[in-house]
Amino acid sequence: MTRHLLDIDDLGADGITEVLQVTDSFAEVARRAIPKVPTLRGKTVATLFFEDSTRTRISFETAAKRMSADVLSFAAGSSSLKKGESLRDTIETIEAMGIDAVIIRHPSSGVALQATRWLSDSAVVNAGDGWHAHPTQALLDLYTVRELHDGDDGCFRGLRVVIVGDVRHSRVARSQVAAYVAMGARVTLAAPATLMPPSVEGWGVDATNDLDEVLAEADVVSLLRIQEERGSGAFLPSLREYTAEFGLTADRAHRIRPDAVVLHPGPMVRGVEIASDVADLPNVHVTRQVANGVAVRMAVLFLLLGSGETSRAAGDVPPPPAPTHAGPTTANGGSRGS
Amino acid sequence: MVAGLRQADVLVSDGRIVQVGSDDGRGGALEAPSGAVVIDAGGCVVLPGLVDLHTHLRQPGDEEAETIESGARAAALGGFTAVVAMPNTNPPLDSASAVRDVQSLARDVPVDVFVAGAITVARAGERLAPMAELARLGVRLFTDDGNGVQSAGMMRRALEYARGLGVVLAQHCEVASLASGGAMHEGEWSARLGLPGIPASAEEVMVARDLLLAREVGARIHLLHLSTSGSVDLVRAAKRLGVAVTAEATPHHVSLTDASAATYDPLFKVNPPLRSKGDVDAVRSGLADGTIDAIATDHAPHRAETKDLPFDQAPPGMIGLETAVGVVLTELADLPLAQVVAMMSTRPAAIAGIGPANGGAHGGPIAAGHAANLCIVDLEATWVVDPSRLASRSANSPYGGRKLTGRVRHTVLHGEAVVIDGEAQR
Repeated sequence: MTRHLLDIDDLGADGITEVLQVTDSFAEVARRAIPKVPTLRGKTVATLFFEDSTRTRISFETAAKRMSADVLSFAAGSSSLKKGESLRDTIETIEAMGIDAVIIRHPSSGVALQATRWLSDSAVVNAGDGWHAHPTQALLDLYTVRELHDGDDGCFRGLRVVIVGDVRHSRVARSQVAAYVAMGARVTLAAPATLMPPSVEGWGVDATNDLDEVLAEADVVSLLRIQEERGSGAFLPSLREYTAEFGLTADRAHRIRPDAVVLHPGPMVRGVEIASDVADLPNVHVTRQVANGVAVRMAVLFLLLGSGETSRAAGDVPPPPAPTHAGPTTANGGSRGS
Repeated sequence: MVAGLRQADVLVSDGRIVQVGSDDGRGGALEAPSGAVVIDAGGCVVLPGLVDLHTHLRQPGDEEAETIESGARAAALGGFTAVVAMPNTNPPLDSASAVRDVQSLARDVPVDVFVAGAITVARAGERLAPMAELARLGVRLFTDDGNGVQSAGMMRRALEYARGLGVVLAQHCEVASLASGGAMHEGEWSARLGLPGIPASAEEVMVARDLLLAREVGARIHLLHLSTSGSVDLVRAAKRLGVAVTAEATPHHVSLTDASAATYDPLFKVNPPLRSKGDVDAVRSGLADGTIDAIATDHAPHRAETKDLPFDQAPPGMIGLETAVGVVLTELADLPLAQVVAMMSTRPAAIAGIGPANGGAHGGPIAAGHAANLCIVDLEATWVVDPSRLASRSANSPYGGRKLTGRVRHTVLHGEAVVIDGEAQR
């Protein structure tokens, strides 16, 4: 694995597979009575969140704590940024406190990459930068899909993934596209034209403005949140019209494949992206995504910080990726589970 | 030896060219009078001093980024003998007192500073600035640069008023409602990088509008920093129709593309933004065929602490006075030198109203009787740009580490060598 995790391109197909395989072991830790391992004992991880977030920050902090790392939590609202300190100085100051990894979220695209130029030693994990990337969200989505395919690394090949919603302003969508495409899935973006990116040149995806045209074929339906706080609403006549055209209504839920997987990065706005009844259907795996988020982030932190120290805590540390997986799936068959 | 050039000594006295060695087979040699300062231009070309139509000197208001003096030194080192200072200072140059202040601060600096006045009060696009009063102080060019005049009605009125005064309006073509919130060129790269884009239409809509207004009103208009293929096409068509339009392009818009933003380094953030490869090629063609009249730097200094921010929060702008010649000679190496001189001296001087046709001292020619404003360039010298060693008070150059071919060796301002062997003399 690379020194930092800034976006999915840092990983490539092999790197993604490695993260997913290591996640298997950490998912097992989460199921233990005492879900804690000493893997990162002595390491200090800082979460630097310059944008409101509850679930991602808590997910990362839980992941770090389950690995016995010390966690330092920094929220922009309570910080010296309010006193006029620059972002660069803030980040450099945090590192001076002896930090091994910085987990950073910022409303501006590119800040995670900029942080790597400002920091000398710390590993940087991008927990979401502007509209650009949110790699761990994409990884946990893929992990969830793979889990529903009995842990088959090859399950993505040929898988039909439809990503629905405000792709234009979505870092989640950009990372999902990169990850699914790298793993060989066939990705279609479905959005009103105003919420499509200005170009998808080089993305390796199809794009449509008509969700109903692609919904029935989808193996994975990945919904995005309409980000009212980012002004997505101004790109639409009304939320009502969005829901009518792109919402996963009860009517549309009847038309998806029975084995299709519905994902949502949260927070889910019932009645807009997804009808309230539909959100509770068994195909909708939002809670599973949240649980997997912790395990994926443990795997990421392990791969960035834990390498070379696996022997020290042998026995408690999850074993390195197991070469084989249980389950009746074929290696390359793209089995879709049931 | 470059075609169209000849070898000759140039004798200067009292700020004027007295004699240019004749083409008589003796290599144009002249006898230096006793006591004369001899500047060695061996291996170099002697050009008319360069003229920059578009310089931000930041004084008054942001003297930490640049002062008239530091900017003037940077200009002289870049081979410029005249610069047009943009009015988006703080306070803006929209009043006689503000213009007089800059003129007096610029009196003893090593470049002639010509002030551009604002078109509207506070550059707010709502009320005409006192253009007649400013014209009496010598202002020939008016612009709200940094902002385009958004209201078509206001721009039309300003063009009429300017026509009556015989001055030129220079438009920063940017429709705010189209550009709003954008940090880079809208296209493949902005989509990938997740940065809000500024579409080409933000520029082109205003270019088209103002060409129509200028034609209807019968006014002259100058279009600042053209950056898109569509803008070049519009100006080309308008010139065929006889619209009195001139246009400029910057060295960065012919040498860098929007792919530079992939570093998220705000050094590559500028307005108008770096565009696609296709736009860069179109701007180059526009310069080659004369659709775009002039090269202008849009030298825009920013303090490091204001530039070292997230890309979308950093102010746009890059410095360019000291790298302009090198970038143009390196990147537009196919253009004949005579055309480079036209784009960087003769035509900008004419546009600014400071050329010989207006009784001004800039833009050549190098002939007896004309002002001794000269720039001596070594066309073969290669150098690597080190932003920390430039004379500008700011270091926000996008060319750090770039190897350029062509460097200013000496600059002569009204007969005084203000730069000798690449060193500022004051």
